[in-house]
Amino acid sequence: MNNQRERTKMVPVPSHSIIPERDANFLPILEVSHLGINFNGLKAVDDFNLTVGRTEIAGLIGPNGAGKTTVFNLLTNVYQPTNGSIMLDGYNTAGKTTEQVNRMGIARTFQNIRLFSNMSVLDNVKVGLHNSIKTSLGASLLRLPSYYRNEKIANERALELLSIFKMENAAYDKAGSLPYGAQRRLEIVRALATNPGIILLDEPAAGMNPSETAELMENIRMIRDTFHIAVMLIEHDMNLVMGICEGICVLNYGRVIAKGTPDEIVSNPVVIEAYLGKKD
Amino acid sequence: MEFLSNLISGLSLGAIYALIALGYTMVYGIAKMLNFAHGDVIMIGAFTVLATVATAGFPWYIGIIASVIVCTVLGVTIEKIAYKPLRKANPLSVLITAIGVSYFLQSVALLIFGSGKQSFPTVIKANPIKLGSLIIQGNSVVTLIITTIIMVVLTLFINKTRLGKAMRAVSEDKDAAELMGISVNRTISLTFAIGSALAAVAGIFYGSTYGFVDPYAGAMPGIKAFVAAVFGGIGSIPGAMLGGILLGIIENLSKAYISTDLADAIVFGVLIVVLIVKPTGLLGKKIREKV
Repeated sequence: MNNQRERTKMVPVPSHSIIPERDANFLPILEVSHLGINFNGLKAVDDFNLTVGRTEIAGLIGPNGAGKTTVFNLLTNVYQPTNGSIMLDGYNTAGKTTEQVNRMGIARTFQNIRLFSNMSVLDNVKVGLHNSIKTSLGASLLRLPSYYRNEKIANERALELLSIFKMENAAYDKAGSLPYGAQRRLEIVRALATNPGIILLDEPAAGMNPSETAELMENIRMIRDTFHIAVMLIEHDMNLVMGICEGICVLNYGRVIAKGTPDEIVSNPVVIEAYLGKKD
Repeated sequence: MEFLSNLISGLSLGAIYALIALGYTMVYGIAKMLNFAHGDVIMIGAFTVLATVATAGFPWYIGIIASVIVCTVLGVTIEKIAYKPLRKANPLSVLITAIGVSYFLQSVALLIFGSGKQSFPTVIKANPIKLGSLIIQGNSVVTLIITTIIMVVLTLFINKTRLGKAMRAVSEDKDAAELMGISVNRTISLTFAIGSALAAVAGIFYGSTYGFVDPYAGAMPGIKAFVAAVFGGIGSIPGAMLGGILLGIIENLSKAYISTDLADAIVFGVLIVVLIVKPTGLLGKKIREKV
């Protein structure tokens, strides 16, 4: 797998982060500074700084309980931060609701699959298209031509997105009846349907076997290349993280302990200590 | 023939229960709360017709439109003022609040309209239909036709439209729906608006069937429709329709063949039996365990 890895040159940016060189001349999709949240005095995330380039595949790793999912919840405004700021595509997301932040260009998947399992696969994707293809209520109830036109566009778009993951044949199955790996892929498709600038994947390879994981890696690269978006992922599978991430951020006890390219991270003594404990 | 006629008036009563039960079940499905003030919205709807048609002398269709508008606005306002601040509170607090809103609406109606029974104006003018020896009340026919149309439109709305999909998404997973860019607040408002508009229609049919309205008129149909919603499987829209219709038929047939006094006891007895045999209701979904 290592020989497939495209070596990315990472360059520093003013916020002391690094982004891929090809993104250096563009506004970063995500710029997080001094982000923190307290839960009853407990600093779950503290002074978190991160910059993600527009087409970067970034990794967020760390031992269990390090605060990785909390960071995702902060980025999507599920939690409101105690301090710090998040700039999404140059706009501050402070005070926005989750739904508004999604419309500003951030989408995510969940660690535990959270599909609308009683709805069809196609309808799950169409829920993701909620804000991009709109028909007025009157037109839908009266079955005006605009309803059929928009329904057709939505169906085609949803099927097109499903076909990326070769799931178009399962379009009319119940989402809850899909096999595990397909449910994980559907979650990614549904998130992509909201037309994000950055997609957050929370443990996308959890529960997958090595060949499924390898396929997922190809898929993540393909998403980035097809949609020209950034991907940020939380993952425990180090083959996946080291194989596709360009910049990696390591979190421990709510604080960033290291940032860098995969090569820098694997050889960083602080990271090794966080994962394996201190050498005596 | 007598049986058939009882069955049809039972169907029509059941259709009214179904309309009310839809409000309960939709709100439960989306907002995960029991809106016990729903029955009183029906009463307000009936009084609105009374005030516009009998008191102010407007034609019947103005009365109907006014009633639907008043109830829709009322439902959305109740949600905004009383329930929205409690969205993350203990479900018990929300339940108590709903009961409080119910008494509030009854008291307001008492203040404005007094406690006496007032006769409901004739809004539905339809002649009885005679088929041989079978006579069907015009009221029942209109109720059945309108309710069927409403149910078909509602089912299409929920299953085929973008907003309907958004509602189903919110009812399955509020947080995930929000991350799909769906406004949960707006979806909940829409649910209350639809439920309350249906309550207004139910209020008109109820008033026309029984011929009177008083400030407590909403309480009993409200409770029975709630029973119907639970009977059919709370949260399930076809369940509310089925539950309402079955309940109406059971009630009417019990009144006709067993005892008028025992009819309500039989209705609630059936509920108990159904819940023992099938705790999620007739069409209720199995409660999935979260892992």
